[in-house]
Amino acid sequence: MIAESFSFPEINSILRWQDLFGSFNKVALIAVAATVISATVFLIAARKDASVAPKGVRNLAETSVEFIENGIVMQTMGKDGLGWTPFLLSLFVFIYLCNAPGIIPIIYMPATARMAIPMFLALLVWVIYNGVGIKHQGLGGYLKSTLFPPGVPVLLYILVTPIEFISNILVRPFSLMVRLFANMLAGHILLVTFALLTQSLVTAETMKFVLKPMMVLPFFMLLFLTAFEVLVAFLQAYIFTILTAVYIGGAAHPEH
Amino acid sequence: MEAFSHIAAAGTSTPAELKAQAAASSAGFAYGLAAIGPGIGIGYLVGKSVEAMARQPEAAGMVRTTMFLGIAFTEALALIGFVVFILIGL
Repeated sequence: MIAESFSFPEINSILRWQDLFGSFNKVALIAVAATVISATVFLIAARKDASVAPKGVRNLAETSVEFIENGIVMQTMGKDGLGWTPFLLSLFVFIYLCNAPGIIPIIYMPATARMAIPMFLALLVWVIYNGVGIKHQGLGGYLKSTLFPPGVPVLLYILVTPIEFISNILVRPFSLMVRLFANMLAGHILLVTFALLTQSLVTAETMKFVLKPMMVLPFFMLLFLTAFEVLVAFLQAYIFTILTAVYIGGAAHPEH
Repeated sequence: MEAFSHIAAAGTSTPAELKAQAAASSAGFAYGLAAIGPGIGIGYLVGKSVEAMARQPEAAGMVRTTMFLGIAFTEALALIGFVVFILIGL
């Protein structure tokens, strides 16, 4: 029956692959590829003669730098934050190139759908924004501006300080991590579900004349979701980067 | 009838099986309930942002950035629900 031929596979079987060598698997391969591709593109773009009009790879690199500068840094940190462009750019490009394989045929695996990469990136961002806060305001000043926000009646600090501590120090890296991870994992599981549904309808043994034409429905859903994942891959990289920019900007200049 | 036979036999199952059954049925509720609030929140947020952009098209860029930030914070709740769904359901 249909119910037996369509059963969702174990979660590990859609997320794990054989280790290529040691514990180096497909996810690690995608992460390494993302690093190599982005480094190559930007190194080629940087080597070109700056006096002539940009073309090819350089055009792409310049567009992405301008996008980070105008779309993220200027909107959240202002002119002072322009020094953070290289960090935010590498963060954005790396996350995007890790997300994008989720919809590339044959590979079909967003590297950020495993917890390790989002967790490491979120911890990196956590260390950086706390470090920036301590560097700009000193340890006491940073703790004072994050845990004791100005303009609150003194007695309310009993209530406000624990909330601020939890939200600024604990929840921020956690939500940054979970947002990226869960979005990519949800997209991956949806694609798997509709691909399997299409396949099991195409290969249906019983009620062929009803079930085989019905494969059109999950197939269109699959196409739609693939297009949606193109958007999500970009949007999650953008949101991760812009939140990083907001956290760093907030730690450097608490008055804004 | 086979489908009903193991429902009828559910009363005599071991604690581990009972736990698995409870987890499987509550996983769906966990995600469904977690999606209600963020659904309302994101709808309200985007609606208000579109209103603001239509009223002041010159501020559209700023509104859009803030809108994405707001969506990211609101959506986190639904995603935590999704992670709980994965943890208890699968």
